[in-house]
Amino acid sequence: MMGNREVRLMQGNEACVEGALAAGMRFYAGYPITPSTEIAEICAQKLPLVGGKFIQMEDEIAGMAATIGGSLAGLKSMTATSGPGFSLKQENIGYAALTETPCVVVNVQRYGPSTGLPTSPAQGDIMQAKWGTHGDHPVIALSPTSVRETFDLTIKAFNLSEKYRLPVFLMLDEIVGHMREKIEIPNKEDIEIFNRLKPEKDSSEYKAYEIKENEFVPRMAAFGDGFKFHVTGLMHDESGFPTNDSQISDKLLRRIMSKVDDNVDDIVMYEEEFMDDAELVVLAYGGTYRSARSAVKEARRLGYKVGLFKPLTLWPSPDKKIKDLNEKTGKILVAELNLGQYFSEVERIVSDKSSLYKLCKVTGEAITPNEILTKIREVL
Amino acid sequence: MELRNKIRLSGSGGQGLILAGIILAEAAILDGKNAVQSQSYGPEARGGASKAEVIISDGDIDYPKVEEAEVLLSLTQVAYSKYVNTLKKGGTLILDSSIELSKNLPFNVIKIPILNTAVEKIKKPMVANIIALGAIQAITEVVSIKSLEKAVLNRVPKGTEELNKQALLEGYNLIKEKNRK
Repeated sequence: MMGNREVRLMQGNEACVEGALAAGMRFYAGYPITPSTEIAEICAQKLPLVGGKFIQMEDEIAGMAATIGGSLAGLKSMTATSGPGFSLKQENIGYAALTETPCVVVNVQRYGPSTGLPTSPAQGDIMQAKWGTHGDHPVIALSPTSVRETFDLTIKAFNLSEKYRLPVFLMLDEIVGHMREKIEIPNKEDIEIFNRLKPEKDSSEYKAYEIKENEFVPRMAAFGDGFKFHVTGLMHDESGFPTNDSQISDKLLRRIMSKVDDNVDDIVMYEEEFMDDAELVVLAYGGTYRSARSAVKEARRLGYKVGLFKPLTLWPSPDKKIKDLNEKTGKILVAELNLGQYFSEVERIVSDKSSLYKLCKVTGEAITPNEILTKIREVL
Repeated sequence: MELRNKIRLSGSGGQGLILAGIILAEAAILDGKNAVQSQSYGPEARGGASKAEVIISDGDIDYPKVEEAEVLLSLTQVAYSKYVNTLKKGGTLILDSSIELSKNLPFNVIKIPILNTAVEKIKKPMVANIIALGAIQAITEVVSIKSLEKAVLNRVPKGTEELNKQALLEGYNLIKEKNRK
């Protein structure tokens, strides 16, 4: 049908696992929660088949801790959850950020706060992804809009986590996580994989947090490789042992922040469509993007000059591009399943706040194309 | 005009409607088309009214949810009452014979003994979903017979292939017989 590539119907959550396996995930620890449960189920089935390990922990906190442990022992590791579990994982996410432990944390978002509407879609954890754990810390968060993008961005999440040594968030939502659609799985040889840099063998001089010349993250030994490797959630020096030194602390925190801040162009991904002559651009991500695309196509058919912008990277935000969109088209409409979280980020970026519009919905249902179309007509 | 490409399958939890939705979407993909399948979760997952939705298209499918269905299958009275208002005017309503319906509905109504055929003819109530798929194919032709059969056989447990083939056939026959009358 399509050469030798595999074409099939697949669920978003399943594509997340397939992407993770393709990226080299060999350890999963977590605690199942709707609407992410299929990720744990499928990992439990598939990881043993490739020599990997799946473990269901006693709760989400332990799930995050074990995920960090798996990565420190040298395996690409992932955990998946939804809002309530994402809250519980925050303390250990901070630990992963400071210890520079690569891992992927999937959040299939549902309606909150608290237990909320467990089976209903939402996009209410966008700011939590950025500020959920205390202290300044580097954040990368990706948001797929389709089953195929879920596959691709899960691989990307692993690559970024390995390259920059930090936990990367894959912000799914119930819409994308649970829908099944046609996906063409790329050939293995077409998938780009990045693996963490390891210290040279027999390096008796190994310092766990030393930066080598022309490198910007410390080389990472695996526990059990025979290197002296101490890990702590306290501020630490190059050896990995705790310090109270103000200069060393300052340098360490600024360095871990610079991993993302200095590489925004390498990290940021977005797509735009229907931008020629657009006077308004609709910005939407995750499941809401699907409604936005349908609405924008219909609006174009009706003669409205509307463009469409999809940030695949929510954090770091595509600042430059959003500024540019605002200057070129004038108006931006942000549609999202919360009360204006990413809108507030766009508001921070754009200087002319009067050109910004939002469409927010918290009924526990997806925003429909018609609702976006109505808003477009209102604005133009 | 794509008038039969947004399909809602409804009934009670446990009737295998989500599986039926998946099979229908997979058949469409075997036909070389695009398909999206979504479902409702929640307390209604067992008993009560449950539904699965499928959109089939030659082009991109953006919004994955079905708002106004073009085809509605209802296997139970409860599901019929809950979802009949979501069917587009002029749409196709496929009902089990056990359902009592209001008069003068603005739909193309097709009433067939799906549940009874499963129980009486095949002696397996669990194949009602596959009989329904056969009927949907015969009425709408949204998927080909060949792809539907392949999709069914790909999904059903080993050892039940003949049973399910028979169920599909009974589904086609329900429509053939109806057309003959």
